[in-house]
Amino acid sequence: MEFRYEVEGGNFSRAGHASSAVKKILKQLNVDNRIIKRIVVALYEGEVNVVAHAHKGNILVYIDEQKINIKIEDEGPGIPDIDLAMQAGYSTASAAVREMGFGAGMGLPNIKKNTDELKIASDVGKGTTLEMITYLQ
Amino acid sequence: MKVRDMVQKLGLKVFSGESGLENEIAGGYVSDLLSDVMGNTDENFVWMTLQTHKNIMAVASLKELAAIIIVKGLQPDEDTIAHSNEEGVPLLGTDMETFEISGKLYGFLNN
Repeated sequence: MEFRYEVEGGNFSRAGHASSAVKKILKQLNVDNRIIKRIVVALYEGEVNVVAHAHKGNILVYIDEQKINIKIEDEGPGIPDIDLAMQAGYSTASAAVREMGFGAGMGLPNIKKNTDELKIASDVGKGTTLEMITYLQ
Repeated sequence: MKVRDMVQKLGLKVFSGESGLENEIAGGYVSDLLSDVMGNTDENFVWMTLQTHKNIMAVASLKELAAIIIVKGLQPDEDTIAHSNEEGVPLLGTDMETFEISGKLYGFLNN
């Protein structure tokens, strides 16, 4: 199964719509609730990152019997130093974003913790692609 | 304890999400950082915060929280209220500060 969602940079009122849709699909597929929770945390953080940092993005979700593969591709500033971005507490979020309670530097660490495999590729000035794989068994 | 009992015992205001008042409470969490709540709460927790924007409902719904309590007499945004009604997650309010409301709730949950 394949699903695709669009994410609009800067539009916080829509943040979470893809996560919510994927959660409903996984519930319908009777995936273990603990696994759904991990996927939802990782996807929500990825979605918020696109809203907070990028101009726009696409979320591509592939589900088979063994795993869920989520690819989040954005057009945005990119990440110059991925190791630094992975550090808990490091953030480049704006003051306005931080005031909303985002941008605490916990997003990527939350994603790492809640996925089985994570790949990040980034091109500064162009965008970032996250690939997250979680096994369903 | 159900959310309804907590509302009564702590004198909380119910802004919206009345259909979730029968939710059972499994614990509580205090934070104003959304990623912290995403990463560290479990279902049926009550979340106490000063954030009032719509994204708190997205987090509460994804994490299947029992309810949100907005502290210090702050008012939730209109679209936060609308989302709370759609999701059936109660949005509650108190004039108390976070320290006081969380202390009271902790006391109730541990007695």
